[in-house]
Amino acid sequence: MRVVEKRQLLSAEEIGRTLQRLAHEIVEKSGGTKDLALIGVRRRGVPLSQRLAAIIKTAAGVSVPVGTLDITLYRDDLSTVAQQPVVHSNEIDFPVDDRDIVLIDDVLYTGRTVRAAMNGLFDLGRPRRIRLCVLVDRGHRELPVEASFIGRLVETSDTEIVEVRLQEIDGEERVMLVDRVS
Amino acid sequence: MLQRLEHLLGIEPLTREQITFILDQAAPFQEFQRHPLKKLATLRGKTVALAFFEASTRTRISFATATSRLGADQMNLQAEASSLKKGESLIDTVRTLEAMRPDGIVMRHSSSGAAAFVAQRLEIPVLNAGDGTHEHPTQALLDALTIRDRRGNLDGLNVTILGDILHSRVARSNIHLLSKFGAQITLCGPAMWVPAEFEGLAPNVRRVLRIEDALEGADVIVVLRVQTERINEPALAAEEYILRYQLTSERLRLAKSDALMLHPGPMIRGLEIDPVVADGPQSCVLEQVTNGLAVRMALLYHLVGGAPADAPHPADASSSANSAKGTSNAAD
Repeated sequence: MRVVEKRQLLSAEEIGRTLQRLAHEIVEKSGGTKDLALIGVRRRGVPLSQRLAAIIKTAAGVSVPVGTLDITLYRDDLSTVAQQPVVHSNEIDFPVDDRDIVLIDDVLYTGRTVRAAMNGLFDLGRPRRIRLCVLVDRGHRELPVEASFIGRLVETSDTEIVEVRLQEIDGEERVMLVDRVS
Repeated sequence: MLQRLEHLLGIEPLTREQITFILDQAAPFQEFQRHPLKKLATLRGKTVALAFFEASTRTRISFATATSRLGADQMNLQAEASSLKKGESLIDTVRTLEAMRPDGIVMRHSSSGAAAFVAQRLEIPVLNAGDGTHEHPTQALLDALTIRDRRGNLDGLNVTILGDILHSRVARSNIHLLSKFGAQITLCGPAMWVPAEFEGLAPNVRRVLRIEDALEGADVIVVLRVQTERINEPALAAEEYILRYQLTSERLRLAKSDALMLHPGPMIRGLEIDPVVADGPQSCVLEQVTNGLAVRMALLYHLVGGAPADAPHPADASSSANSAKGTSNAAD
């Protein structure tokens, strides 16, 4: 099986503009930033959450707390892998109790990552509200999960993969649609 | 790429990279111990057999807690209540346990090599929780994690191990582990408990009989428990041990000013250690206990968590491909 790049979904510039819009939407629809906190899901949700917080800081003048969540221990497919995925630490240095939390991830697909992330959050406390913000929603849900803030809605087939490449992790900045061909 | 561990039988066969990997994997579980809700479902549906053929309190409780915090169930076998008393052989006992289909076995036994013996004969991962005077690998790993946390790294330490080295599996595992990271190791205690042969156990191990000499320049001091059943032999009176080998605050000053004091427990205050030292700022004993949970959770997660390498799998090829796809955007 080979993987071929089919087309670019978002350029660096479009990612930047999309994040601007998402940051403004988050502030607008949160009724104030008092209890707001962003939590990035490892890995690519992490730089996205930091960028969103920076935009909110510039636009609204408030520093929204940002945390990092690792969902490895909450995955539902561990019993099907021979080698266990590596676990990382959460980095959430504020209490999540009564917070208005926005989970940040790069791609919303089956919804299983979001389910795992919510379970992880509940182990840390009881947020007042959890919403989800994704850069790309590519459909094919396997769980009743939807995002409150969506950067780009993309129709995909189930052999395709949405690859978000971010400067901080991948050394380049764009979103690609790739396909697996046998 | 890290070579996959099938069992944890001892520190000696592990590479430095494998040890570092285990310690790195313990770090998220250290953070986990501070969660308000200390219960995961990660190993839900798995069963861990805790087979303690030799009395144990802290290691057994630590493994049991690690098991339940990961969401796995336990099968408990304890020496006092086991059919060993009725004359059953070790292999029959563990095969009986295995027939109840646990996904891993944590085992302590008074015979050196017992864990390796069982590992050769069972299909499931074996975690050595202490075998005779051979090794106690999880203790050495939790000690290393504690040292690494306090100092930032494990490299090039001067380590002094005090007490009954000869009978100590903790000492052996610590010597193997720390010497892989370039430690200079000094063993100190009554001559009958510190045989010269130990100098050949690993590179840079030396034997020093005067505690004052042994402590000079130490970065880490591991104080071993003096097993009272041994000290009551006429060969060495407790008073003499205290006089010559107790770690007192005066003696601790001979080590580096920021030297760490570790003790595998249970501590006997006033015998091998002065209570002032046991409760002092250089003492790491309670961190060791908490770190023990983290190390054991990490090991259980990696050794017991995966699907058996060769066993037929509940998910067929197509559904496992589907599930891999399901997380392809989440997994990196």
